[in-house]
Amino acid sequence: MDDLNCIRCGLCLAVCPTYREILSETASPRGRAALARKGLEGELELSPNLFEQMYACFDCLACNDICPVGIRPADLAVEMRAVQEQLRPAAWKKTLFGGLIPKPRRMEFATLPLRLYEKLGLRRLVYALGLRNLLPRQLRDMESMLPHLPQRPLRQALPEITEANGKTRYRVGFFLGCAQSLLFAEESAATLRVLARNGCTVVTPKATVCCGMPALGYGRSDLAQEQARHNIELFERAQVEVNVTDCATCGSTLKDYGHLLADDNKWAARAAAFSSRVRDVSEFLMSIPLEKPQGRVEARVTYHDPCHLRRGQGVWQQPRALLQMIDGLEFVELPEADWCCGSAGSQLITHYETSLKVLKRKTDNLASTQADYIASGCPGCQMQLNLGVRRQGLDVQVVHPIALLDRAYRQESEVSRLRRNQEISHSTAKRKNDG
Amino acid sequence: MDKNILAQLEKITGKDGVLSTPEDLAVYSYDGTFAEHRPDAVVLPRTTGQVSQIVRLAARERIPVVTRGMGSGLAAASVPFQGGIALTMTRMNRILEIDEANAAAHVEAGVVTADLQAAVEKLGLFYPPDPASIRHSTIGGNIACNAGGPRCLKYGVTGDYVLGLTVVLADGRILHTGGKCIKDVVGYDLKALFTGSEGTLGVITEALLRLTARPEFARTALVEFPSVEDASQTVNTILRAGVVPAALELMDETAIACIEAAMHLGLPLDVEAILLIETDGSDEAAVLREMEAVAEICRARGARQVKVAADETERASLWRARRSLSPSLARKAPNKLGEDITVPRSAIAETVRRLKAISAKRGLPIVIYGHAGDGNLHPTLLFDKRDPGQWAKVEQMAAEEFALALELGGTLSGEHGVGTLKRPYMAQALGPVSIEIQKRIKAALDPLNILNPGKVFPD
Repeated sequence: MDDLNCIRCGLCLAVCPTYREILSETASPRGRAALARKGLEGELELSPNLFEQMYACFDCLACNDICPVGIRPADLAVEMRAVQEQLRPAAWKKTLFGGLIPKPRRMEFATLPLRLYEKLGLRRLVYALGLRNLLPRQLRDMESMLPHLPQRPLRQALPEITEANGKTRYRVGFFLGCAQSLLFAEESAATLRVLARNGCTVVTPKATVCCGMPALGYGRSDLAQEQARHNIELFERAQVEVNVTDCATCGSTLKDYGHLLADDNKWAARAAAFSSRVRDVSEFLMSIPLEKPQGRVEARVTYHDPCHLRRGQGVWQQPRALLQMIDGLEFVELPEADWCCGSAGSQLITHYETSLKVLKRKTDNLASTQADYIASGCPGCQMQLNLGVRRQGLDVQVVHPIALLDRAYRQESEVSRLRRNQEISHSTAKRKNDG
Repeated sequence: MDKNILAQLEKITGKDGVLSTPEDLAVYSYDGTFAEHRPDAVVLPRTTGQVSQIVRLAARERIPVVTRGMGSGLAAASVPFQGGIALTMTRMNRILEIDEANAAAHVEAGVVTADLQAAVEKLGLFYPPDPASIRHSTIGGNIACNAGGPRCLKYGVTGDYVLGLTVVLADGRILHTGGKCIKDVVGYDLKALFTGSEGTLGVITEALLRLTARPEFARTALVEFPSVEDASQTVNTILRAGVVPAALELMDETAIACIEAAMHLGLPLDVEAILLIETDGSDEAAVLREMEAVAEICRARGARQVKVAADETERASLWRARRSLSPSLARKAPNKLGEDITVPRSAIAETVRRLKAISAKRGLPIVIYGHAGDGNLHPTLLFDKRDPGQWAKVEQMAAEEFALALELGGTLSGEHGVGTLKRPYMAQALGPVSIEIQKRIKAALDPLNILNPGKVFPD
């Protein structure tokens, strides 16, 4: 690793969400880089505690961005997790990231109890009886993160091909992320409607597996590589011009396949070609002549930058521009919009206290905007923001930016239907009068 | 560290206030330099009372106490070379009061300087000192090293804003000195004594800081000079013309190239130097007029172009670039040694000329940049420490830089401090009388020599 020549200037401390809450060097990017170097150079034992510090990183990439030397401390922390796997692999990771997460069917099965819970109205019952207080605090928080679950995962409900409304101008592949399919199905359905509305015939390969981020995050790049090869092949077969996703995390991982498989002679070129075609949905929509919706969304809306969209993909202007296309929508910038929300995959589970502190900073900023909606195109961020809104008792709805655009389009057909109805009733009345 | 002592420390701060795993000790072994030594324990207090108890315990047990903030220092002043306690002030980060009527802020030592600035600027007030580490250094550290920054040319250094201090003395007693009065001549000026004392005389836990009115307008110009000699001459001409810019920064061609590589701002790569000049104030017309006067002088003295930042974003990015300059030099070579010499401003041009001569003679690059307006330059040596030949040269060249500054009536450090790195040159800079008096002050305040031992003074 030549990423080790940290000069210890400390610039990264200013932007690190974990450092700014814990306020100890051990929880800072500079500290993690020092531990990585000392560990790899034999000055320190590669102890469980040393690796634990690598897992304490939220991988928000802010340090990568600010480092004037070009070291990537966040990447280094993730690479160190892989080093740990090589030293002492953990069997449960193979099961989870190799066996469960990449198999959509099994994931759907695993989340079945959650869907039943939703379907049977238990959620309401639990609320009504105040039973939530019986759950340990953390479980209760995790419960309140969940969106209203779809009764059927979107992957099962979606057609393989969604035809464009009118003439096909683009043939688009849609990468349906696991969280989007299982938890935010309605939002991905909205993505498809918006794409179709704008002349895209969308192919959704149903056999896609997890993008690989969870495996990478837990040090199993070998499993992520398998998943990448599988997905690349599927999209090659779909023969599409671009690979669109509406999940910030999937997007940043898919765009990195070229790098992930760079050392694989057979796959390097294919992976690079695949990655070069990946676009976040807002990035893609703003690159085509997007139809301005005629419908209105009367609301004050702010926007939170998912780390893996803004820093991971350099996409931050597009979602804002997209929201500002909607009539009636009053856009207000969120202070520290690109500061991590504390979700960071599974940090709420693994680093509960820190995750909540980071979240508090976000929701304090959110409260200052007095927005009705906070938009963010990342399922992880959305769940975390849902929790934050509830914990702070804010009257704010968390949405995907595309969902608001979709609403404006649908309003439009509502408007024209009303208008048509009006015309019909008008002409009926006229006919009556005539009669 | 002894388990029993760790337990006593935990009793004072709570369990989460004491860190002692090998990993914790390893990351508290450094500051912003290449120097390293592990402490025996890291303690993160939350109140002045806790600090007092910690120091009392340390005094009883004869344990060194090395105070630190965010560890961005450039003189190895907070590296615990004798082990002991790394007393880390970062969790004492409350702004206790912003007194608008008296234009004063009462803060704990661990407040990040940029956070304080943001808080007072919301109220139309201003805390001017702006070290490049503004977002990753603390008020306590700024005071302990009497930090400077570009704006000091017009507004003065950190010490000029210290109205009062709360200090834990070496025996654990708590000293309050100064107050909200602007004028105060009762007794010795102890706050001035602790300012710049680098943790050797006491532990600064709280500060009362003077604020001023926030200047409403600012203009920043990037001035390109084909000749570095012309650029450094221009600095004096501007200052003698009766204009006091808020900042007047010089960067030579290597510095420009490094910033450009890191930030892609479209800086000119075919000039020997640029001056970054800011004028500010509450009267927009006056600010513009001053900038126009500065631009005219620059053009007359050989500037190729004067580009005034079009808007606040452009202006902010120029200053962000300037602040990231020092670390971005690390792209050029495996190691760097940034000095902090200061000369009377009439000697700026000669200093630049002779630094170039030292570089040419020894054959190692010296990047020259700094706060030219107040004569504070950061000649930075680029080298590879693994090459013993280069390392020997670096030591010679650093000595020559110091000798040069002293010869021209200047001194070793303008804003970084002495720490460990400049100790060998102290006697030369101050002379025996001053050194002897200062050592007696140290002995009077810290007779057991537990506060940051081995720093600042030669043995």
